Amino acid sequence: MNTAIWFDLAYLMGSVGIVWGLKRMSSPDSAGAGNTLAALGMGLAILAAIFYPLGDADNGNLAWILGGLALGSAAGYILAKRVAMTAMPQMVSLLNGMGGATAMILGLVEYLRLGSATTDFGSNLTVVFALLVGAVSFSGSVLAYLKLEGKVDDKKITLSFHSVFNLLLLALVLGGTMALSYSTDWGIGLLVLFTLLALFYGLSFVAPIGGADMPVVISLLNSFTGISAATAGFVYGNLMMIVGGILVGASGTILTLMMCKAMNRSLWNVIVGGFGSVAAGVATDTNQQVKSVGLADAAIQLAYSKTVLVVPGYGLAVAQAQKVCKELDELLEANGVDLRYGIHPVAGRMPGHMNVLLAEADVPYPKLLDLEEANDFLNQCDAVVVIGANDVVNPAAERDPSSSIYGMPVLKVWQAKNTIVMKRSMGKGYAGIENPLFFEKNTYMLFGDAKQTLQALVAEVKGLG
Amino acid sequence: MKFVGPFVCIPNLNLNPVFMNALIEILSANYLLIYLLVFTIILGFEIISKVPTVLHTPLMSGSNAISGIVIIGAILLIRQSPSDAWIELTAGMVGLALAMVNVVGGFAVTQRMLQMFKKKKK
Repeated sequence: MNTAIWFDLAYLMGSVGIVWGLKRMSSPDSAGAGNTLAALGMGLAILAAIFYPLGDADNGNLAWILGGLALGSAAGYILAKRVAMTAMPQMVSLLNGMGGATAMILGLVEYLRLGSATTDFGSNLTVVFALLVGAVSFSGSVLAYLKLEGKVDDKKITLSFHSVFNLLLLALVLGGTMALSYSTDWGIGLLVLFTLLALFYGLSFVAPIGGADMPVVISLLNSFTGISAATAGFVYGNLMMIVGGILVGASGTILTLMMCKAMNRSLWNVIVGGFGSVAAGVATDTNQQVKSVGLADAAIQLAYSKTVLVVPGYGLAVAQAQKVCKELDELLEANGVDLRYGIHPVAGRMPGHMNVLLAEADVPYPKLLDLEEANDFLNQCDAVVVIGANDVVNPAAERDPSSSIYGMPVLKVWQAKNTIVMKRSMGKGYAGIENPLFFEKNTYMLFGDAKQTLQALVAEVKGLG
Repeated sequence: MKFVGPFVCIPNLNLNPVFMNALIEILSANYLLIYLLVFTIILGFEIISKVPTVLHTPLMSGSNAISGIVIIGAILLIRQSPSDAWIELTAGMVGLALAMVNVVGGFAVTQRMLQMFKKKKK
């Protein structure tokens, strides 16, 4: 009796679990259950793969499988429990790289198994493609992780002609893909060389992209890993791998496009490395002075406002200031202030980074406004507090056609009656351009580390009561 | 390429028949898979575009965990390896372990994040 069909049905149920789980991610209330459902689907798939009847091809090797599962589960669990919410972009990059690495390893082993003189171009191509995309996604994710950890300096690994270099590398890698698919007679030397080249391409591809463009890279690498998994699904003729891989590929692609749209730049522009190379917009009137504000004044201003919008940026994550921020929030609420948060889609280093930080600090999600809602709110807003954000509140995006961020949708904080900007120094944002906001007549600067400044501000507000 | 004049070459569109044949072969052999592929892409875009901005980070880590589905391949690879092929088995186990880190780490960290969103509901 052929029992394989039962296991195929288990795969089907697993796929449905994944799809349904992702669907439930459409609301914060049902997302937890959705995640559990997707995890159950995955568990079912793993069981099905372990017990799927393979006939004569089956060599057992169960110890190896259980060993790998135990090792991976332990490491994954520890990582997930220990990671700080501020380090989520690094975590996601690292995990993403591991999926890519697996696809790469599968590609390597399966290619060697093809044996010599295999002429089936199509099936060779799927194997080589899984290897290629897996390798690029692996090394690219590792570099993204190192960048986010601050262990690599973008400028030191970027060549002046990097985009041309990358195109050449890409052509070389694609040529290799064709050659390896066309014939399997090249020997192991070329396979190893090709793999190294693919790994190097991943590094070189991510090298020039950094800083505020990280949300785009992370989303893009996410979609690569999905595509590599789907391609591996073609290699094994496994439908569930294809479904899972493609869903991830779609999700990564959508987020990539959303991030690009939020910066008003094309994907090509981001990949080729836009901001750094573009000459900064004309520095208008360098004699302008910024106004500082004392903590006491800032506290009074906030406490007697009716509506306040907080605009968090990467600086909030760096200073780990989300909990103090919530403390200020509670104090002001107790004073009758209607306080909301304005979240720009590319604030932070990955899509939704700020939302997670604020959720960690117990801020209820209805208080988090997206770009449009926040701009509506700003029309009648008494005060804005910008915490460690810069380019996403730059009026040059609206007013200065010569600016490299002109056209990018921004939070129009200058429309509020007063704006307090918390910043470590007068340094420029990632885009490396002057922010005219700081020179506006109703903008006041509060220099210092976001966390310390917020703590001092909290103390001042308490003193008022 | 067709040679027309001293400086003009027109690419011959009737490309290499080997590649055309290979392409046709791939398409016919995997017709159902391609069918599935197309519909999954549509489904993926439909579902994912409904996820609100607030949940983009959990969506990423969750979908990240799903890309660990490649673990099925690693399991099948190990099961089909000869029991004395140490290199293959070791490579397979490394791949399997990495994919499992991706799966467990991804789902666990997503759960952690979503708990934070949940506890605020009053």
